[in-house]
This record gives sequence, structure tokens and C-alpha cells, in this order.
Amino acid sequence: MSAFFTKSMARNIFYGGTLFTLLLFLALTFHTTWRLPERDHRENLTAEVVRGKHLWETRNCIGCHTLLGEGAYFAPELGNVYPRRGAEFIKIWIKYRPREGVPGRRSMPQFDFTDQQLDDIVAFLKWTSEINTEKWPPNIKG
Amino acid sequence: MQLQYKSQAVAKPYFIAAIGLFVGQILFGLILGLQYVVGDLLFPAIPFNIARMVHTNLLIVWLLFGFMGAAYYLVPEEAETELHSPLLAHLMFWIFLVAGALTIVGYLMVPYASLADMTGNNILATMGREFLEQPLLTKIGIVVVALAFLYNIGMTILKGRKTALSLILLTGLVGLAVLFLFAFYNPANLVKDKYFWWWVVHLWVEGVWELIMAAILGFVLLKITGVDREVIEKWLYVIITMALVTGIIGTGHHYYWIGAPGYWQWWGGIFSAMEPLPFFAMTVFCFNMVNRRRREHPNKAATLWALGTGVMAFLGAGVWGFLHTLAPVNYYTHGTQITAAHGHLAFFGAYVMVVLTIISYAMPMLRGREANPERAQVLEMWAFWLMTVSMVFITLFLTGAGILQVWLQRVIPDPQEFMVVQDQLALFYWLRWIAGAVFSTGLVVYLYSFFAKDKPQTAEVGAAQPAAS
Repeated sequence: MSAFFTKSMARNIFYGGTLFTLLLFLALTFHTTWRLPERDHRENLTAEVVRGKHLWETRNCIGCHTLLGEGAYFAPELGNVYPRRGAEFIKIWIKYRPREGVPGRRSMPQFDFTDQQLDDIVAFLKWTSEINTEKWPPNIKG
Repeated sequence: MQLQYKSQAVAKPYFIAAIGLFVGQILFGLILGLQYVVGDLLFPAIPFNIARMVHTNLLIVWLLFGFMGAAYYLVPEEAETELHSPLLAHLMFWIFLVAGALTIVGYLMVPYASLADMTGNNILATMGREFLEQPLLTKIGIVVVALAFLYNIGMTILKGRKTALSLILLTGLVGLAVLFLFAFYNPANLVKDKYFWWWVVHLWVEGVWELIMAAILGFVLLKITGVDREVIEKWLYVIITMALVTGIIGTGHHYYWIGAPGYWQWWGGIFSAMEPLPFFAMTVFCFNMVNRRRREHPNKAATLWALGTGVMAFLGAGVWGFLHTLAPVNYYTHGTQITAAHGHLAFFGAYVMVVLTIISYAMPMLRGREANPERAQVLEMWAFWLMTVSMVFITLFLTGAGILQVWLQRVIPDPQEFMVVQDQLALFYWLRWIAGAVFSTGLVVYLYSFFAKDKPQTAEVGAAQPAAS
């Protein structure tokens, strides 16, 4: 970089450029926040869904699974598990995980959920599956 | 060889802790890699999710130790004054180390749900989100340590010389602390949760951390090349301008499929497609400065780490990021082993390597010499190559696994179930594990290099000393 481009010019471009993109990002965030209700269907956020999310978090599900593609890549995507498997399958699956795992296979812990907790986690996964994700994932397999 | 400012010595325990936690991170990485193929390994004692949490959290914590050590080392030298309070720095070191250790022990000894109950997660639920799994108390601890650290560094800069380099570092560190506050925001609405979760995760690693990285690299290059400060600082401004201008709106590449409006596919795609630019500039910067060096610094290993950082950060963060950042590509690759491949090379190439660069430069000084003995440097450079090359192979194997996964699970007309696909990737996972084992060997060599001394040079015994006159 030659002499006509000085350090103070570089500094000013840094301040100006950063400020500009930051404001643009905040404006886009503001617009996104305004548009979100029609996409996340928050009117369906029942107490069950909220409890289900809490279960999702406190059992650290994201440590193995992805949810809308984010998380760990060790176990199946669960953002669309509700349409893929249905409520009954999900409940039975969680309920009957062998405590000592499946020999030689990736194993999911036994969480000892009550029937209410099983309903809650299903409600959360159902709500999640109804988010407008721009048609992601590409197919039902996740 | 004396330190220019004796308070720089507080950096030493930070660097030692960083390396110690790095070893822990790699051990858990080996466990995780095996669990990918031997699914029930250590189950139910250490399930995959727990091991992964330990692996990623240790990474974050040891990098933070590295950044803080770097700041404590370079700020007094930049500000040309002693650190405001070495005592506070030592105190915060122990608080951070104990809090970090307790958190890891908690992960391993207590079921996660019980840990959440015990640590106040019912008062303010913040746990169970990727990378932000820490109990509320740990998160508060991080904020306290960060504030005390910023106060200490800020006061030092305030009373001393204010260089562009230290101000860039400070801006990065303040950004790091401020953005972490979003870790406390966890709305019940998953879409909002995810949207602002990225303000910690993305705006850290593809935003403010790049400022910290640029400042550390700039400092080391300034010292080992002797190039004019004006030139180096001008480069730094150019790099960080590109980093933030592309990186802030580049956050949008995480907003494609989580419920945010579709326009993010354009905003995120265009801006994040430019995110390799700052990393490319860093590569050019590193080589340019070394080529224009005005002195031959005896620390060859540090020079190698600095150049390596420039190259690997560009490959890992830049090239491997670009590979899957455009929305039409990401539609197929999102949340697959492609992401894992990118994550590994980017974190290693950018942040692991920059911390190892400053450790390589500063640690000999902290131990009272300008550079390590020849043999120690040779070993350190062996460690550099072993770790770097094996990380490239880890990345290539995961990329292979990812391409196959995308093909079988998302592209072919009759797509297969997740686990059916995973079973077919076993070969790639085994190869990745072998590369991981080589990486661990490199780490052992690295550790050993700190204790290596030159062998007694028998040839020199005969060389007569000139007689005293």
C-alpha cells in the first residue's frame, strides 16, 4: 500500500464502514423482528410448548441432534421429526430407551420422562416443525 | 533477557492454563471421534452430548485464557507502562480457572438436568444451547472476569501510550464481552432464541474475535520482523474493516433456514461470500511483513506459527466457509459433516494457531530468554507440522463424509435415513480418528518442546577460549 493511503485514512474507513454495516444490520434485524410473527406462528406458543423447550434445553438434546440444522451432527435432525414420525412414535421412542444403551450403536439416554413431559416435548417439536423454514430440509429424512 | 515490563509476567499462568485445557479438549476429541464409530463407547457414563460439551467448552475457555494472556503480555509493552493491577490479573486467573474446572467437573459428574436445577437455571434459563451450555453461575462468573479484565487492560492503556494496535485489541475484547450478554437472552420462541444466539456465536468468531486475532498477529509480526509500525497498523485497519463490513451482515448466512425472512439468503449470501477477504488479507499481510523483515529474530518457531496462522485461517475460515455459504449450496449441506469439517479447520487455523503464535513468541521471554534453544524450536516446528497437516486431513475426511452424507440423505431420488447413511460413512470416521491420533502425537511433541534443552555440544569443548589479557 503506497504512501497516499495513510493510516488515518484506513482508520476512518474502518469507523465509517463498520458503523454503516452495523446500522444496516440493525435495520434488517428490526424488519425481521417485525415480520417474524407470521413465520413462527407464535400464537401457538402454548404453555406445553414452552415447557417442552425447557426440557429440550435441560436434557442438552442439541449436544447430539440438530434442530433446524443447528447443533451436533451425531443424531438425526429433529426440526421435522414430528411430520416424519408422528407424536406416538416420538413418545414411545423416548420412553423405551434402554438405560445401558444399545450394544455397539449410538445410544440415546433414558430421561425418565413423565407422560406430561412426553406431551410437552412433542408439543415443542410440533410447534418447531410448523416454522416457515423456506422449505428446509430438502426432504422428510432431514 | 528481561521482560520490558515485569507485570507482563502475569501472562505466564494464563498461557500454561490455556495449554493444559487444550490437552483436555483433544482428549475429549479422541473420545468423540471414537463414539462416531463405536456408538456405545463410555455410554451411559459419558454420552456423546456430554463429551462434546466438554470438547467445545474447553476450546472456548482455553482460547479465552490465550486471549487474556496475550492482552496481559502485549498491552504493557504497547502502552509502555506496567499493568494497572497485576494482583487483579492473578486473582481473576484463579477465579476463571476454578470456575472453569468446576463447570467441567459438573458436566461429567452430575446429570445435565440436575446441574441445571442446582445452579439456578429455573430462575433464568440460559443452559442447553450449543456452546452456551454453561450453568448460570458460570456465565455470571465469565462476565465478572471479563469486566475485571477489561478494567485492568483499559486502565493500563488509558495511563500509557495509545497505539492503534492496542486499541484494536481493546475494541475486540470489549465486543467479546458485550456480545456475550446475549447469552442471557433466551426467549421461549425458538426462532428469536436462535436469531440472537448467533449474536454471541457468529459475531464472536466471524466478528470481534478477528480484531483480537489481527491485533495479536500484528504484535508478533511487529516484534519479529522489525517492520515499521505505521505499515503494520495500516494493514490492521484494512483487515478489520473487511472483517466487520463482511462479517456483521454475514451473520445472515445463519438465517436462511431458521424461520427468518427469505431475503436473508441474499444478504447473508452476498456478504458472507466476501468473508474470506479479511483472511486472505491476513495471509498476504503475514508473508509481506516477513519478506520485508528488517531483522532476523532468533525465534524461528514463532515466525512459522504466524505464517501458518495466515495460511490456515484463510483455508479453514475463508475457503471452507465459502464452500457452503451460498444459500443454494447450504440448502443441501446445512447441518452435515461439511459444517463439522469447516468448524474444525476454521477454529484451528484462526484461533488455535494465533494463540499458539503468541505463546510461541512470548513464552520464551516469560522464561527469561529471547528464543528457545535450537532443539526445542525444532521440536516445536515438528509439532506445528504434525498438528497442522493432521488437522487438514481431519478436515478432508470430514468433507468426504459430508459430501457422501449430502448425496445419500438429500440428493438422490430415494433419500436414506440419517442412521442408515451414518453407517456408510464409517470408513471416513475411522480415517478422521487416525488423523486425530496423529494430531495428538503432535500435541505431545509440542508439550515436550517446552522442556527440551540443547544437547551438550561436544564439538565446542575443544574450541579454546581466548586467554584473558
